[in-house]
This record gives sequence, C-alpha cells and structure tokens, in this order.
Amino acid sequence: MIRLEGACKTYRGSVALAPTTLTFAARQTSVLIGPSGCGKSTLLRLIVGLVTPDAGGVWVGGEELHKDNVERLRHGIGYVIQDGGLFPHLTAGENVALLARYLGRSRAWIEERMSRLVDLMRIPARLLERFPRELSGGQRQRVSLMRALMLDPPILLLDEPLGALDPVTRYELQDELKRVFAELAKTVVLVTHDMNEAAHFGDHIVLLRSGRVVQAGSFGEFLSHPAEDYVRDFIRAQRAAVPAAN
Amino acid sequence: MSAISSALSGRPYRRRTEAMRVIFSILFLLPALCAAQATIHVGSKRFTESYILGEIVTATVASAGEAQAVHRQGMGNTAIVFAALRAGVIDVYPEYTGTIAFELLRKRAAASLEDLNRELAPLGLGAAVRLGFNNTYALAMREARAAELGIGAVSDLKRVPELRIGLSQEFLNRRDGWPAMARAYGLAASPLGLDHGLAYEASASGQVDLIDVYSTDAKLAKYQLRVLTDDLGFFPKYDAVLLYRLDLPRRAPRTWEALIGLEGRISSRQMIAMNAEAELAGVPFSRVAEGFLSGSAARHLAAPGEGRTFISTLVGADFWRLTGQHLLLVFASLGLSIVAGVPLGIWAARSPRVSGWILGSVGMLQTIPSLALLAFLITLMDTIGTVPAIIALFLYALLPIVRSTSSGLADIAQPLRESAQALGLPGGARLRLIELPLAARSILAGIKTSAVINVGTATIAAFVGAGGYGERIVAGLAVNDNMMLLAGAVPAALMAIAMQLGFDVLDRWLIPAGLRHDARAGA
Ligand SMILES: Nc1ncnc2c1ncn2[C@@H]1O[C@H](COP(=O)(O)OP(=O)(O)OP(=O)(O)O)[C@@H](O)[C@H]1O
Ligand SMILES: [Mg+2]
Repeated sequence: MIRLEGACKTYRGSVALAPTTLTFAARQTSVLIGPSGCGKSTLLRLIVGLVTPDAGGVWVGGEELHKDNVERLRHGIGYVIQDGGLFPHLTAGENVALLARYLGRSRAWIEERMSRLVDLMRIPARLLERFPRELSGGQRQRVSLMRALMLDPPILLLDEPLGALDPVTRYELQDELKRVFAELAKTVVLVTHDMNEAAHFGDHIVLLRSGRVVQAGSFGEFLSHPAEDYVRDFIRAQRAAVPAAN
Repeated sequence: MSAISSALSGRPYRRRTEAMRVIFSILFLLPALCAAQATIHVGSKRFTESYILGEIVTATVASAGEAQAVHRQGMGNTAIVFAALRAGVIDVYPEYTGTIAFELLRKRAAASLEDLNRELAPLGLGAAVRLGFNNTYALAMREARAAELGIGAVSDLKRVPELRIGLSQEFLNRRDGWPAMARAYGLAASPLGLDHGLAYEASASGQVDLIDVYSTDAKLAKYQLRVLTDDLGFFPKYDAVLLYRLDLPRRAPRTWEALIGLEGRISSRQMIAMNAEAELAGVPFSRVAEGFLSGSAARHLAAPGEGRTFISTLVGADFWRLTGQHLLLVFASLGLSIVAGVPLGIWAARSPRVSGWILGSVGMLQTIPSLALLAFLITLMDTIGTVPAIIALFLYALLPIVRSTSSGLADIAQPLRESAQALGLPGGARLRLIELPLAARSILAGIKTSAVINVGTATIAAFVGAGGYGERIVAGLAVNDNMMLLAGAVPAALMAIAMQLGFDVLDRWLIPAGLRHDARAGA
C-alpha cells in the first residue's frame, strides 16, 4: 500500500533518513518508533510529499509520488502532525470541514459526515463551535483526527497523535483509536516514542535509530529475535520507565 | 518660490501635450463649462502680492461688464500657473518680466518686453500692461546696523567681510542669484541658507545682518530695514506685467481695454502698502484690491484677523471641497498601494531571493523627499495636480503594506503551513483560506500605518495643485497666516485620528475572530 524504495533525506550534510526500503501493508496499523531525532517525522513527511527524497522513491497506493499527483494523492491521506496543526482562525468545525468545502461537497454530505465523526470520536458536538485555542489538548487531538478522517481517506499518517496528553486521557484515547482503526480498516502509520503504545497499536513495528531502520516486525519478534543489542536496550529502557504497564 | 519651483522650472515648456490640457480641463474647467456667459479666468501664484494683483485684475475684468470673472486664487508656483495659462485653464495672470525671461523662457539675460513677446507669441501668449512697480531681489539690513557700519549700497559690503548673511535657498542657489552677485561685486562672504519665512525674524533678533528680500515686501517697513542700493545695477528688472493668452483681447475687447487701464497704476510704495494691509493687518485680498481700485489703499487698515475667527476659517466655504480632495488623495493612493503592495508582499514572502530586492526598492522610495519625488513625477508625467500627487502617495504607502504582508506571511508557524499543504489544498487556496487570514492582523496593521501616514503626507500635494487641507497650510505659509495654516493642519490631524479609529473598527470586521485577543470566551 505504501512503499519506500531506497528513499533518503539529508539536511545540509546531516542524515535525517538513510536510504530506506520499507512497506506498510494495507488495512494494517504500522508504528514508527525510535528516539527523538531518529527520522520518524521525516519518514511521514516523505509519504505525504512535504519532503522530496534526495534519492529513491515513494509509492502510495501503487502510484509513485511526484509533483503532478501529490495534491490528488494527499486527498487520500489523513495527516495529523505532532501538535495537531489546527488553523487558529477557523472554529474546530470549520477546520474539520475545510477540505470538503473546498472540494465542493454538499452541505448535507458535510453535516452527515461530521455527525458520524462526532459519534466515532466521542466529542461533544458543541465543541465544534469553538476556536482551537478554546479547546483542551486532548480535545484538539480529537478534532485533528476528525479533520484527518473527514474525507474517509484509506491512509492515515499520525505523528504522535497522543503526545502531550495526561496518562489517563492518553490511555482512553489509545483504546478508542484502536477501535476506530479496526472499525474503519485504515492503513495507518503512527509515530510514537513509547514502546507500550507501539505494542498496543502495532501489528507491525519499525524501530528507527539515527535515520536507519534497526528492525521491522511484530512486537513478539522484537522480544524473541532482537536484531541488535539496541533493540533489547530500547525495550528495556521503556519497561523500566513504566513497569506497571507490564 | 519653493524647492519645487526650481525643480519644476528645469523642464522646457516647448512641448504641450494633450494630456495636460485634458487634466486641467477636468480639474478646473468643469464648473466654468456650466456657466452660460463667457468667463474669463484669472490666475495667481501662491504669495500675497500675486493674490492681491489677481484680485485687482479680476475686479477690473468684472467691472468691464463683458464677461464673468473668476479668480483661480493661488494655484501654485510659477510653473503650475504658467502651465495652466498655456493649457487655457486661465486667460491671464500677473507675472514679472524677470521671471518670464529667466524661468519661463530660460533666457540668460534680461530682455525688453518686445523681445519677450516675440518669444511668447509662438506659444499663443503675450506680456503687456506694466503695472508700474519692480519687484526684484534686493539685499536689506536693519536700519540701525546699516547706519552704524555706514552701509548704503551693495558695494559697501566689501568693507565688512565679517557680516553674517542669511539668504533664502532659492536666492543662494539660482544661477542669477548670490553666486553671480558675489562675483559681480567681488564679495567673499559665505552666506548661510535660511528659510525665507524666518529671515525677517532672524534679522530682527540680530542673528543675521543681511538678508535677501523682495523689493515690495510687506515687512520692509515693519522691521525697519534699509534696502541696499544695487549700485552696479546687478539685479535684473522684475516689472509686474500681465501675462495673457493672445486670444483674450479678441475674445473680450472691452475687458482688455479695461486691463490696459491698469498700466502704470501701482507704484512700489503702493504695492508695499497693499502687501502690508493683507499680510500684516489681515485684510482679505479682495478688500485690499477693492480699496485700491476705489482709490483709497489705506482705508481698510484694520485690526489683524478682523472678522475672521479660527472656527470660521476652519469651516470656511472651502472646507468640504478640501476634505473631499484630501480623502480622495488618501484613499485613491491607499487603494493602489493595497492592490500593488499585498501581491508584492506575497511575492517577497514566497521567494526569499526576490524579497531583498522588493523590500529594498520599496524602502528606498520612502527615503526620497516628498517634494523631490513630486517634482520628478511632474516632469515624468508632464502633468500636475491630483494624478502625480496620488502616485507619490501611493509610492510612500507601499513600504508598510509590503513589509507587513511579507512578514505576516513569513511568521506563520511551520506546522500550520505544513498542515495546509498536507491537506492537499493547492497554493492559491492555501493563500486565500489559510495564509492570508492568518496574516490578516499584520497586513491590516500595515494598511493602517499607510493610511495614517498618507493623511499627513497628502498635505504636500497642495504644492502641485492637488488641493486638500495642504492648500490651507501652503497658503498660510505663503502669506504668513498662522490661523490659515492651523485651519489646514488641525483638520488633517483630526482626519489622521479618525482614520486610526476607523481602522480599529475595521479590525473587528476583518481579523478572524479566532485570532483576536478579545475573542469571545466560550462557545
Ligand atoms: N527542515 C529541517 N532542516 C534541517 N534538519 C532537519 C529538518 N527537519 C528535520 N531535521 C533533522 O532531521 C533529523 C530527523 O528529524 P525528525 O523530525 O524526522 O525526527 P523525529 O524522529 O520525528 O524526532 P521527534 O521524535 O523528536 O519528533 C533530526 O536530526 C532533525 O534535526
Ligand atoms: Mg517528530
């Protein structure tokens, strides 16, 4: 469904992503994990065409991404950036409806779709009349997800969608999102720092370090056949941090 | 009589374009077209003497009973009034033989009236009716100081090289002014440039010993100045005459006869007295003229500002016309600078490579002095009045708008920019739906700055005949009338404040609610 072939990106001599070949299977949730600055966001940006690879290519739904098709392909991708990226001059509802309106969807279609999403994301409809800065962090995250889901895209790219949330809210949303992803059968690529979260969501986990894929596979494989010592270290560090989650 | 006049007289008037005629017609002729009776338009320049002579000529035209007489008072400086005469907007105005020779015909030496007429004829113009006095440059000194030093003529100055001399910039710099005079008389002093309006006070307070004056200046008597004899005959004659369109005597023969009757009627002494009446005693120009024509020049000497209060000057008959002109200048130029400035700002924000060029050149425009810019535009466009004034204001208003647009766009947070892009909105839609609204506060602030600055700068437009409140300021400066000056400056300041308040209201409309500090609290 999504495929990187030798795609790489270097910023002024420093490697953000080394040549990488990876496939993210359709209707599956893949998780990108790794320490800060290892290239997770860069990988997502490559997929959504915000960053052009220095070499290699990116295929989305069988089409190679380039200038002429990037806008059309983006309509099939819901992308949620690290801090939500809601537009402050629009209400939450206007943020959600923005693209549908631009594409000329009817009012009825938009209303019907929004009410479905409100139910799905369990967000009180009156919050949609507020401006982003009048919402809590968790509410903003849900609205961002609603905006990403609005056109019912087959692909979701979520860059730390649950960052900056308190543990309780985070725990709740993890469950909800897992339910939503399963219900909608989306191809999801989700970024996190947290191995527990990765294990919770991921059918398929990709561990990055300094712009390089260390290991890709299921959580079970990570435990039973770590590719490098680093995999073991990474898991151990995470377990030590949150022993209760085990 | 200002910097712009020397700048303006730098271009030859050999070419007359249709454009100039059309603009003048639109600006000045419309009201006249409505009148059924033949109308004769009299012009005057922006200084007391010209106003008074203009009134005398107008009253004389009216008294002939042949045509309606309209006085286009204080239209501007020499170049502007002359251009108006050539375009047929006015039929006649008082001028000086020296000005005709040196400034208008660009001759190097003085010439007889016959010689001048030979060169004026191909332009369809003529000079006639010597009014009887010579208003030339002269040097003057406080009577007491002159007596103390024993100075009566310009040649005597050689004996006292330590004299402090304060000269108007015009006299100091023009070819036939100080440089030539110093050479002719062998004077070595290095004079100091002084605003003409300040010269008398500087002389009275003893800050300078010698100033340049016009030989019919109202203040010569008031400040007890001794006019030094031009013993080498250096200064050319500036005999007051009427400069007219050659078709005038044919169109209105009886009127022309009446005007010829003015020949030799006004002596230097009478002119000084009339200038003093108007300038120092505040008698209206029309009544000074009336007094002269009825043969009693001194009758109207009255208390300064008689019959005129600040409020009555402020809301005078011309108030709405000036307000309208001022608003036209401000908003037409502001509109243009928004239309040009916002796209330029967008371009600068989009491509860092051209941004330096755009901001640099727009910023450089800002550093050009307004009078110099106006003079340049007038030469370039071959027209005066509203159009060059609007263009100058437009150029000045660009910088705040371009800068605020480009910085407003550049300051949009990277994640928001990426979100808009990742949604799959094309560039144009991103700009319209996301980026411009996010930059709205900054852009509006730039527009507000431009608007407020424009209200002030627009007062300069009066120098080129574009009207507005500046007309009162310029007239006030020209005739030393502080009340008139304030009657122009105060409404301009009020308009600037109103502009500020108006934009504050507009902010509430145009800045998206989600970006306002005072946005409603809850849903
Ligand atoms: N626009 C850019 N210019 C220069 N360097 C960049 C740019 N974007 C990313 N980088 C560098 O590329 C590397 C990878 O960045 P990336 O944002 O992909 O990290 P990340 O894995 O998402 O980190 P985090 O978990 O902190 O979000 C980092 O070293 C970063 O400094
Ligand atoms: Mg990141």
